[in-house]
Amino acid sequence: MPIKEIIDIISLWTLPSIILIILTVAIVRKVPVYEAFIEGAKDGAKVSFNIIPYLVAIIVAISMLRASGAIDSLAVLCSGFLNKIHLSADVLPLAFVRSLSGSAAIGVFSDIIANNDINSYTTKLSAIMLGSSETTFYVLTVYFGAVGIKKYRYALLTGLSADLIGIVMAIIVARFFFA
Amino acid sequence: MNYIWYFLIVISIIFGAINGRLNDVANAIFSGTELAVKIVLTLLGIMTFWLGIMKIAEKSGIVEFLSKLLNPVARKIFPELPKDSPIIGDVAMNFSANALGLANAATPIGIKAIEGMQKLNKDKESASDPMCTLLAMNTAGFQLIPATVIAILAANGCKNPTEIIIPTLIVTSSAFISAILIAKLLKRVFPPQKDCEAINAD
Repeated sequence: MPIKEIIDIISLWTLPSIILIILTVAIVRKVPVYEAFIEGAKDGAKVSFNIIPYLVAIIVAISMLRASGAIDSLAVLCSGFLNKIHLSADVLPLAFVRSLSGSAAIGVFSDIIANNDINSYTTKLSAIMLGSSETTFYVLTVYFGAVGIKKYRYALLTGLSADLIGIVMAIIVARFFFA
Repeated sequence: MNYIWYFLIVISIIFGAINGRLNDVANAIFSGTELAVKIVLTLLGIMTFWLGIMKIAEKSGIVEFLSKLLNPVARKIFPELPKDSPIIGDVAMNFSANALGLANAATPIGIKAIEGMQKLNKDKESASDPMCTLLAMNTAGFQLIPATVIAILAANGCKNPTEIIIPTLIVTSSAFISAILIAKLLKRVFPPQKDCEAINAD
């Protein structure tokens, strides 16, 4: 599988080569690299601790939501509609969870793989949905938490609308390629 | 955010009661706090490392070079930022790290960008327009190769996991472009930020 091998090599080399380039450019330009690193790294702890209250607030709420079974109940409610557009009800929890929690989304994806054929349309649609998403709530919480922003204005609405467009596009594209 | 947070919790408690899982919901409070702290601890190390590397990139002129290079595009996406601002370089590096699938590097670099934006922000407690655009770019989750998903598929015996790359790229690009356009659109719909500095100056 040559494509797979090329991807493996790229994944292996991206990170080391970026660090190598930055450090080499810096040394050539006579930047004191070690001192600069320490100077920048000092802020790491401060920024991380700023995020704690924001992250606790949102992760507790999302953990509670997952434990309550509300997402599964919603999936059952929507299953009739999903059958009409020829979608497996398995996909629905993924559509909800992928904006809320990254680890939960991977968990749901593993469930889908366990319940469906690995080469099936449902598995591929889920893979595209997962691969094209970012955990919107987590990103907002961490970024805004780091600088103490409490009013998100239109940032959440933007993120969730884009997620919705991503889901619809995933269904259209997966149907075009794999159905 | 106030209502969303309230509803997340209220819905959890109501559905927990209906589904007879109220005990799980209560336990989720404690497991949630634990998870939050674990995430912060992981982030702490990564953040420290990448903020160090970013300082080197900044002092060696790499960030400035990227700012100048991407200035024409950045002017369109972030018209609010000053010309040739180093923030544009940070945004460019944040975008590149996301595109290359280096989530661990993208977050600290993105936070560095939002810190720069916060310095220019009129109201320190509410999100400025460039912040909303930056977050739109990040929540859309643009990446060239979905390496994690391919790895999971391959591990479970998928014959040809790499065939999801092109479809995923189409989806993620359209979500990314829509996110930026939606942010531009909502900027006009939402009321502008209060100008706290002007109020203080009076």
